[in-house]
Amino acid sequence: MGRFPLTLRSVESDDTIHPHTRSRHAGLLEKIREISGIDVFRCIQCGCCAAGCPTSDYMDYTPAQWMKLLQIGCFSEIAESRGVWTCASCFACLARCPRGIDLAKVAEAVRQIHLRKGLDQQDPARIPEETLRRVPQIAVISCFRKFSS
Amino acid sequence: MRDIPYYPGCTLTTTALNLDESARAAMKKLDVNLAELPRWNCCGTVAGLSSDNLMHHVGPIRVLVRTQEMGSSRLVTLCTMCFHTLRMSNQLVQNDPDRLEKINSFMDREEDYRGRVKVLHLLEILRDDIGFEGIRGHVDTSLDGVKLVSYYGCLLTRPKEVAIDSVESPTVLDDLLRSLGADTPYEPYATECCGSYHTVGEPEIVDDLAYKICESSHRRGADGIVTSCPLCHFNLDESQKRFSARGNSIPEIPILYFTQLMALALGLGEEVCHFDDHHVDPRPMLREKGLIG
Repeated sequence: MGRFPLTLRSVESDDTIHPHTRSRHAGLLEKIREISGIDVFRCIQCGCCAAGCPTSDYMDYTPAQWMKLLQIGCFSEIAESRGVWTCASCFACLARCPRGIDLAKVAEAVRQIHLRKGLDQQDPARIPEETLRRVPQIAVISCFRKFSS
Repeated sequence: MRDIPYYPGCTLTTTALNLDESARAAMKKLDVNLAELPRWNCCGTVAGLSSDNLMHHVGPIRVLVRTQEMGSSRLVTLCTMCFHTLRMSNQLVQNDPDRLEKINSFMDREEDYRGRVKVLHLLEILRDDIGFEGIRGHVDTSLDGVKLVSYYGCLLTRPKEVAIDSVESPTVLDDLLRSLGADTPYEPYATECCGSYHTVGEPEIVDDLAYKICESSHRRGADGIVTSCPLCHFNLDESQKRFSARGNSIPEIPILYFTQLMALALGLGEEVCHFDDHHVDPRPMLREKGLIG
């Protein structure tokens, strides 16, 4: 699971990383905090979120792993992975987190930072007609809200 | 007959007429008129979770302005997704006067929303206004002998700030069904997500989750699964036609709205229930249980 060995390094304090990268990482975490209200360093990596997540089996990185990877500066790995896009915004993670962290909001923040660059994950024109006939409109609108800008 | 302002939402006026019409009929029998909000608009389906984007809250707040225009401090809705979206936006502005002022300034052609409307799910009206004992007194055809799993899904009970009942162990739907005479076995997946909007892009995920819920309910001897959410209903109902093709084989299990069971128990008949709209036809089970002719 995952592509990276998870090491306890804070990007901001690591002198081997270029200051530009360090400040860009700090900026992204600040943006995540602004959008979600969450400081990702509050996560204590207990894993309750991942254990209760109904779609974690279909993710490459589970909610607990997003939090660690964000802490160590791997934003693009999270934004370009399946994990945050497989989230169903069911709030089971928030219900079970002992620190009350709303990971659904963290996932939303990562998605939004990505989508606001124009990197839509869903194109309405490419949804098969058979799907549009099959599913209720509530599902289609929800997808537009979650996967497009 | 007292009126309560009612927000149907897009799905209840189209693909979930079975939920809407059975609810209106059942509530009339309980002396409550679900008075449809005039000029209502789409709520947006999912709660806006970005703190820096207030546009997602304009639709829901406009719905609450319509409620205010009706002179009411309460709005009832049935669709779980609409309920969640409206209540989340309402709570946001009630707790944050600055955001409320920004939204009101943006909607400068509407009266200001004053933040005093309470968004309620119909189950709360049944539990808190009418009471389950009161409903039991109106039962014409008991659901005695019918085993029904209450499936709450995600959004009736999470997050806890907008929940209508306990986050992990809700009972409101079970209590309602028991007041109608039904048995309600414990179901560990009662609050597990059905996969929600992934039915559009990743239906395999929904098929897996729906199978887990249906299989568990079947193992507990359920005659049917009862829900409130049109998307949960669709996911649990429609995915069953793919179960045997995937190699998962359990008998079909009808997915019903709680309002349809209310309509039957209150003696209103199957016409308001629109059972034709179901993928898994509940009528054989209901006929066998003596609930329809």
